[in-house]
Amino acid sequence: MAQVRLKNITKQFDGVTAVEGIDLDIADREFMILLGPSGCGKSTLLRMIAGLEDPTEGEVWIGDVLVNDVLPKERDVAMVFQSYALYPHKTVRANIEFPLKVRKVPKPERAAAASAAAEALGLGEYLGRKPGQLSGGQRQRVALARAIVRKPAVFCIDEQLSNLDAKLRGETRAELIALHQRLESTFVYVTHDQVEAMTMGSRIAVMSRGHIEQVGTPQEVYAKPASVFVAQFVGMPPMNILPAGSIEPGMHLVGVRPEHLRINDDGPLSMRVTLVEQLGHELLVTGLVDGRRIVIRQVADAIPPTIGSDVRIDASNDGRHRFDPVTEKRIDES
Amino acid sequence: MTDAGKGSRLTGRQRNRLRDSGLALLMLGPSIVILAAFVIYPLIRAVFLGAQRCSVQGCRDTGWGQYVDAFRSNEFQDSLVVTAKYALITVPIGLVLGIALAVLADKYIRGVGIFRTIFSSTIATSVVVASVMWFFLLNQDVGIIASWLGGTAKTPGFLNDPDTALWAVSASSIWANLGFTFIVVTAGLQSVPKDLYESAYVDGANGFGRFTNVTLPLISPTLLFATVVLTTRAFQSFGEVDLLTSGGPRGTTTTITYLAYGKGFATSGDDGLRATVSILLFLVLLVLALAQFRGLAKRVHYGN
Repeated sequence: MAQVRLKNITKQFDGVTAVEGIDLDIADREFMILLGPSGCGKSTLLRMIAGLEDPTEGEVWIGDVLVNDVLPKERDVAMVFQSYALYPHKTVRANIEFPLKVRKVPKPERAAAASAAAEALGLGEYLGRKPGQLSGGQRQRVALARAIVRKPAVFCIDEQLSNLDAKLRGETRAELIALHQRLESTFVYVTHDQVEAMTMGSRIAVMSRGHIEQVGTPQEVYAKPASVFVAQFVGMPPMNILPAGSIEPGMHLVGVRPEHLRINDDGPLSMRVTLVEQLGHELLVTGLVDGRRIVIRQVADAIPPTIGSDVRIDASNDGRHRFDPVTEKRIDES
Repeated sequence: MTDAGKGSRLTGRQRNRLRDSGLALLMLGPSIVILAAFVIYPLIRAVFLGAQRCSVQGCRDTGWGQYVDAFRSNEFQDSLVVTAKYALITVPIGLVLGIALAVLADKYIRGVGIFRTIFSSTIATSVVVASVMWFFLLNQDVGIIASWLGGTAKTPGFLNDPDTALWAVSASSIWANLGFTFIVVTAGLQSVPKDLYESAYVDGANGFGRFTNVTLPLISPTLLFATVVLTTRAFQSFGEVDLLTSGGPRGTTTTITYLAYGKGFATSGDDGLRATVSILLFLVLLVLALAQFRGLAKRVHYGN
């Protein structure tokens, strides 16, 4: 059992608050994503779970144990760093064996475990090489192999894909998902990339400025964003926010995803078209409504409006998200 | 550049290389001139001078055999042994102390800057000042170290006892070089990525495990550099010997440089013999430095 529970966690660095009042329950075997822009506190939170930082206030629980005062090595947690943190002077084999070596696991046993971990990640033929002789993707897999070799209950994984090229990112995402299913461990994964979050997470905790804005499945976060921040951070292109009173009466803000906006001659809003992007599988039309940038997603074979022309646009009622103009929190239509 | 003379038949790349080498020569010019005038020319002169005997009447050739004779002489052999002992004392102890201080000061603790300043201060202390200070510390009448150690140190005093004189000079030298080692190792430590320590920490390595698995391998190029420099300095040290013991007692601190200096030896007043000894020292150091790079380079990790 390795659920992770954060209770009212606050962390300050020299008086500057990095995260404040965080409550988060991560279920056993869950793939939890901590998503947010840089500086939102997601890495700090991850480091507190791993034991690299002590919370200023609050409690960290792993399983049934309060681990605030437990050393990282006794937490049954592995950390995979964004830089991969491989030992450059050690071979791939020695890197993977290292956590077992420092735990004084007998040599034959750890050699077998390292070979198995390497094999699982397709590193079998690279065991004798040093990290400097590997590609970025191979290094990333060595870092993962070093984490899985001692079978921890919780994996803390920091931004694994930002150093990889686009093709490799896609492949590695799939590998991470497969690894999570095979290992049956709890994954806590930090990223600023909403595509990674949406594709890999069982649930996503969206963070901003040291707070959690929303926790939910990718579908929930996308379909019912709890705040303007979440609405604009998750989804690409981001959700359009229309000014109060423009598309429907009232003081609230209305958010509409690009795919829920339509060009419609009877629409209530006028938009000046500024950009048309044909992406092959879809067509993006960008324009200005009252000086605000608005993006409409259309099917690829739609006939695009001319740049510089004025079009009328409309949004279906289902596609409208309503937010409080002051708190920017979601107003649920009930 | 064998094709340089073929003029118009130079390919573009060759022309570029020719232009680059002109620029390179221009940039290297100043240091080439200075090195030639103050290092290479004197070195060549010394090589020839080393085959001569000189007195106030002038110099006469004695032939290259003088190098062999000088090398085989008891004076040179003794001084070689003394110098080797001196290096074997000062380099390992100096290195270990330097690493220890650097590791201690490489922490983010309030006020650690004061200690960094203190530890590195000896780099700004001249050999003369260090030697005079240690002369008084070790002096059998007024020295604080002698007084700590009580009666055992009373006669004839550390600097006058053949058993302790070399250790006394070594102490002064280790202290004087500590600032250098400290600064070099500190710089090496700061180039070690913090992630590696954190990773080893989460993986379960204790402080000693992190030191041996992360710190030492990653600062090994720095340590090789410090070892070579400290060894060279040990073989060249002169000021400490001259000021603290003048090569005595009974020749127990007569290093090769002190022999070349020649006070009270056969070399005294003979520029030819002094040149012979100096060139021999040069050769010894050359062999040593090459051996150190060859032998240690395999164990040194130079990053990716």
